[in-house]
Amino acid sequence: MTADIEASIAATRFGLGARSGEIDAAKGDPRGYLLSQIAPKGAALARPDAPGTAVRLADLQAFNQLRKTARLEGDPKSDPVKMAQMGLREDAEGDFLARARLGAATNAAFAERWSLFWANHFTVSALKVVTAPLVGPFEDEVIRPHVFGRFEDMLVASSQHPAMLIYLDQAQSVGPDSFVAQRAAKNGRPPGLNENLAREIMELHTVGVDAGYSQADVTEFAKAMTGWSVGRGDHPEEPAGFMFRAAAHEPGGRAIMGRRYAEDGQAQARAVMKDLAASPHTAHHLAIKIGRHFVGDEPPARLTDRLARAYLGSGGQLNEVAKALVTSPEAWATDPAKFKTPYEFLVSSWRAAGLTPDDTGAIVRVMTVMGQKPFCAPSPKGWPEEAETWAAPDAIVKRMAWSEDFAAKSASQQDPMVLAQNALGARLTPAAAKAISRAETRAEGFSILLMSPEFQRR
Amino acid sequence: MTYLNRRQALGGFAVTFELLATGAFADAVVAKRKLVVVICRGGLDGLSLSPPVGDPDYAGLRGPIAIAPVGAPAGALKLDGTFGLHPALPRVHDLALQGQARIAPAIATPDRERSHFEAQDVLETGAGHVYSTSSGWLNRALEAAGPKVKALSVGPTAPLVLRGKVEAGSWSPGGLAQRDARLPGILQDLYVHDRLLGPALAEGLATEAMARTAMADAAQTNAPPVMQPVSTSASPMQGAAVPAAPKPPGYGDARKIGATLAGFMIQPGGVQVAAVSIDGFDTHANQGAGDGQLAARLAYVDAFFDGLHAGLGPAWNDTVVVMATEFGRTARVNGTRGTDHGTASTALVLGGALKPGGIIGDWPTLRQASLFENRDTAPTLDMRGLFKGVLRDHMGIDRAALDTKVFPDSQNVAPVAGIVT
Repeated sequence: MTADIEASIAATRFGLGARSGEIDAAKGDPRGYLLSQIAPKGAALARPDAPGTAVRLADLQAFNQLRKTARLEGDPKSDPVKMAQMGLREDAEGDFLARARLGAATNAAFAERWSLFWANHFTVSALKVVTAPLVGPFEDEVIRPHVFGRFEDMLVASSQHPAMLIYLDQAQSVGPDSFVAQRAAKNGRPPGLNENLAREIMELHTVGVDAGYSQADVTEFAKAMTGWSVGRGDHPEEPAGFMFRAAAHEPGGRAIMGRRYAEDGQAQARAVMKDLAASPHTAHHLAIKIGRHFVGDEPPARLTDRLARAYLGSGGQLNEVAKALVTSPEAWATDPAKFKTPYEFLVSSWRAAGLTPDDTGAIVRVMTVMGQKPFCAPSPKGWPEEAETWAAPDAIVKRMAWSEDFAAKSASQQDPMVLAQNALGARLTPAAAKAISRAETRAEGFSILLMSPEFQRR
Repeated sequence: MTYLNRRQALGGFAVTFELLATGAFADAVVAKRKLVVVICRGGLDGLSLSPPVGDPDYAGLRGPIAIAPVGAPAGALKLDGTFGLHPALPRVHDLALQGQARIAPAIATPDRERSHFEAQDVLETGAGHVYSTSSGWLNRALEAAGPKVKALSVGPTAPLVLRGKVEAGSWSPGGLAQRDARLPGILQDLYVHDRLLGPALAEGLATEAMARTAMADAAQTNAPPVMQPVSTSASPMQGAAVPAAPKPPGYGDARKIGATLAGFMIQPGGVQVAAVSIDGFDTHANQGAGDGQLAARLAYVDAFFDGLHAGLGPAWNDTVVVMATEFGRTARVNGTRGTDHGTASTALVLGGALKPGGIIGDWPTLRQASLFENRDTAPTLDMRGLFKGVLRDHMGIDRAALDTKVFPDSQNVAPVAGIVT
């Protein structure tokens, strides 16, 4: 019985919801089933054959050029501009569909959920049109290869990726006493510092807002980061990707959270990141977030302590943190405490039905209606975790309406009771089983399964 | 429909509000009152929302993102000798000319950390500092107001300000195409012991029914996008000839959302209190001036208010709308033609139930010595004081509840008086 319920938990809480046969596969050794997915090379890529950031940057460059020309010609919404913008959106939607298809089909669903957690931790939102086509490449280049490696490496990769540099305005930040600013001052208003990325690295990515840093620390770190930028891609010295603009870098030593960092060009901010990644505040902050994502909105302290220790003891190795999570007894509590986000709900529905999504427009519509527009997290903090956010009355009605549609399209040939057993195993309650068995149609039975309290949670 | 105008009631019976508030008659009056709270997320730049174009330091600090003076092309819409409104807010300006929109230009929550997420928590929980409570002040205000007051949030996720013990509805555009008439009933049975899903589904289904009525009403008000006379005192609107400027994308949607919310509020037994959340105000780079990124967001806000105002019709006279943000932005333009996280910003108060008057709170000026930490507009008014003033004078919630329950440990923050008639 314990093995049965643990196999269900492995597939639904640590994974993305069970596909047919998945719970049986986990029964022999539920923990081993998850641990075997922790691989040094990281998680599978959503688009292994995609051309990547450099090509997307070139598309963006072309779009900006078109827009500039159109503005000069007094028609900023010209047809070529609209077409180009649509192209950028379509790229982003294609990336999202590829990720959803991976989620629906993967056998390494714990590795996938772990990747989704880190992608949300280092949120780049497509709310800005100029970041939209970079979110997918960001996840494939920054997140997925590093999810079982060193946190510090992921942090640096994130902070050097054009998606993040553009999203949080770092690319244009210029030291007030840098060469670039001095030169520009002669011709009027000089460019200057933008502290957005520096602040969010401290507050959201590493030590967390209660780590005791001040506005001065943020400003100093922002100065250390000046020069971390994105090349235009039109010249050997302007690569289509990360570049350090020495002329924009604020000269001088910096003092950040009680430590001094000598002038060292690009390496100055890198040194700050090393210390931020090694901070016990970071270990604690990450542990709480992991606990909140996998276990409950208020994770038990014993669990988060264990995760923080694994982080500090291993020098920030995320494979060790993942192992500590899987082997923590608190993570296996029988009652499911987490209410699924819309994406989790949809992916688990596809997995339960044995389908992979193929209609980009349909996914974008339903995700938007449920409050989780693809790749468009509302802020750098990412999508919220709390049940209260997602279980609003309107959202439940929207889930019900979608379940009816989905069940009508997908479940006409399958026995809903078999689907329920496959999807939930020992987590299926007698009440839901009874309601499903009394359904008038297969589609109704499948809708009840999707909307059952146990399927809505993990 | 019998409709009792509160002004007529007050005038006709020649009694003061304080007296009314103690009797059963007061309950009937309060029961008509409507309150809409709009949370602007990302840190709305108060110096662009209500630019102090008459402040001698404004243009210099702001450089390319300064809103042009009153009368200039894309210039501010005049409020008084110091302040204007952003040119993307012509409807709000019309209301201001009628004494039905006012600004609090240097207001802040008690939080000084400049973190979006902490500051939004403090703004919405109504607590003195972050992490001290997990429910929203508007929800606790409902608790104090008693069980009859219905509340609704607009948008697919529930904002913190309205979360808490009292069940509140939520609605977003999208509709419900129902195939299987049995399914809602089956699920309600299945959720009978589920404390999260049970109440949520019941509330959601009730709201859907209301939405059908509200959408029908909105379809009627939506046709002519013109100002309707709202004041019984019939003072002619000055300078109300708004040029028919091209509307930015999303304008029609925003107006429709406003009109639909109004539909929820005017139906019998409808919603009295609503929370709306609008995001996209974190303008670190290229925020624009009379035109551009921030202007587009403000045009959206203006359209929402236009729809709400038109949809409420006569009920606008019983309505107060408060719009606030988690913090303002730096007084100086930054190196990327934007602004970074700051401190005080502008809150906007609108409604037919407003008492006409000037700015709410003091203006600290933008002199360098006056800036908070030589960086931001200095706060002169605690946000909680504004909320308390509206909740006390408009919704009839008593001071003791406001000081202890709605805004915990806030005895030293006085309600701002004289906002509501």
